[in-house]
Amino acid sequence: MQAAIAVRSLTKNYVEGSAGTLALRGIDLDAHSGELLMLMGPSGSGKTTLLSIMGCILTATSGSVRIAGTEVTSLREKELPGIRLQHIGFVFQGFNLFPTLTAGENVELMLDLKGISAAAAKKRAKELLEQVGLGAKYGAFPADLSGGQKQRVAIARALAGDPAIILADEPTAALDSHTGRNVMEMMSDLAHKRGRAVVIVTHDSRVLDFADRIVRIEDGAIARPSEAEPVPAGLLVHGMGTGAVSFA
Amino acid sequence: MPPLAQRNLFHDKVRLTVTLTGIVFSVVLIVVQLGLFFGFTTATSNLIDHSGADLWITSKNVPYVEQGVAFSERKLNQVRAVPGVADAQKIIAHWTQWKRHDGGEDSVQIVGINVDDDLERPWNLVQGRVEDLKSPDAIILDELYKQKLGVTRVGEVFEIGGHRARVVGFTRGIRSFTTSPYVFTTFKNAQNYTGMREDQTLFILVKVAPGASLEQVRRGLLDHIKDVEVFTTGEFSHMTTFYWMFTTGAGVAVLIAAVLGLVVGFVVVAQTIYATTMDHIREYGTLKAMGAPNSYVYKVIMKQAAISAVIGYAMGMIVSAFVVHASQAGGAAILMPPSMAVGMFFVTLLMCVGAALVSINKVTRIDPAMVFKG
Repeated sequence: MQAAIAVRSLTKNYVEGSAGTLALRGIDLDAHSGELLMLMGPSGSGKTTLLSIMGCILTATSGSVRIAGTEVTSLREKELPGIRLQHIGFVFQGFNLFPTLTAGENVELMLDLKGISAAAAKKRAKELLEQVGLGAKYGAFPADLSGGQKQRVAIARALAGDPAIILADEPTAALDSHTGRNVMEMMSDLAHKRGRAVVIVTHDSRVLDFADRIVRIEDGAIARPSEAEPVPAGLLVHGMGTGAVSFA
Repeated sequence: MPPLAQRNLFHDKVRLTVTLTGIVFSVVLIVVQLGLFFGFTTATSNLIDHSGADLWITSKNVPYVEQGVAFSERKLNQVRAVPGVADAQKIIAHWTQWKRHDGGEDSVQIVGINVDDDLERPWNLVQGRVEDLKSPDAIILDELYKQKLGVTRVGEVFEIGGHRARVVGFTRGIRSFTTSPYVFTTFKNAQNYTGMREDQTLFILVKVAPGASLEQVRRGLLDHIKDVEVFTTGEFSHMTTFYWMFTTGAGVAVLIAAVLGLVVGFVVVAQTIYATTMDHIREYGTLKAMGAPNSYVYKVIMKQAAISAVIGYAMGMIVSAFVVHASQAGGAAILMPPSMAVGMFFVTLLMCVGAALVSINKVTRIDPAMVFKG
């Protein structure tokens, strides 16, 4: 099966002045459709950098990144927004909703980017908010929503583009455990019921049981098996993982 | 597109107020300065533009209407004999002294005309008739200068150049660019008031016969009359305007002030639009991360600038209209022709869009990876 995202020999070197920092060192990783993959590791280990490159937000120093079969490292910078728009939905730790737009308009913005007419976008935005349980909050501004509601709006927005890949950066970090689990259930559904490839960067050990696969990043590289996280028991509940921490 | 630009703009009322204040200030400053420029320009050539003549005959090397040099009035008959000349009249436009009742003196510009002719008659009369100038020592002046010259009503008698002068009427809106008001009287009185010799004039105004070629008549006049120059009314008007507005530097100063208005407005608007953009920089980063091309983000910023321009222009023009109206009662009229009002819209739009480009330059450099920084 073709991976939704395939990363090979990926390196990223941040150059500042004459000094360089090697943030990623030879990463090989696949993310498959219908799979919830978690990236874990200590702060500064390179997981967000990896997520950014997988999301075509950062460019790699060397190596290969294929998104839905397209090699993106050879694309010009101005071609990358098109890849993001077509294939990837983002969910951020800080929600990143537009505070001056209503929940519905936040979702419509994504649909507008996809070139969908205003009337159709409005209808679709209402449907998406219904799906995340916020149908009644169409006209509410982000300031009037709880953290969990904001994250659900962000998920609805990410889904609006109908992407094959969902990339989430610490989606539960700003939420209490109950709300965090709700959000994770939603992410799990996206992978398992809707067949999306979901990649989540997290520090939150409370949600590990949602993972099909956990990949630990340390010092810019995938940690060896002995250094890997133990596989939570809950992982087997979903029955979609490899049954162990895996390495691409 | 969801109303992101409008909402971002109206979300922060204080910043919106600052932005609009900057635009309004700039619009009013530019309108006032350009209006003054147009007002001055009109005032410099008022007398020429309202003369009703096609051609002006002057002595050699007369640079503008206030600098006329006397020549023999016998040339008038020679002028009338040139083919194509329908009418010709001698006139005087010259400075002299006006003595107020309080003993003080002011400079005035006497305009001596033939009351029985249509050329160079005073216009916009609000009191009296042009024919009243036929009575002895009669003069007509503009009501704007009543206070300056100490005049309160028709019938009052003053002294001009040591001769008696009686006010028989008032005009409205005949401004002089200089501080010397125009005083209309008969040619004969003007000679007395200005101390000119009886056989001299300063200008001869020519009306060309219907169907005659202006250029041919001009050539004919130059061929038949010695030691004079012949200008079309447009040329002489332009020469006079150019002298006062550019040779003296008066117009340049006003234009520079208008340009300064534009610069100040640009800086204020650029600063506030830039600050607004920076306030929302994370949102623009999110937009880019979501896959929005730069052009989409530019559209949002440009829309904000355009909305600011439209509102700022409308408010600025309302304030300007009050200023323009109030100026009509003063010595320096501010004019706002329709073309200037329309042009100002585009200047305002250009100013705001130009200011937004500063912000766009910043947005272009946003690293979309910033969205992952919690």
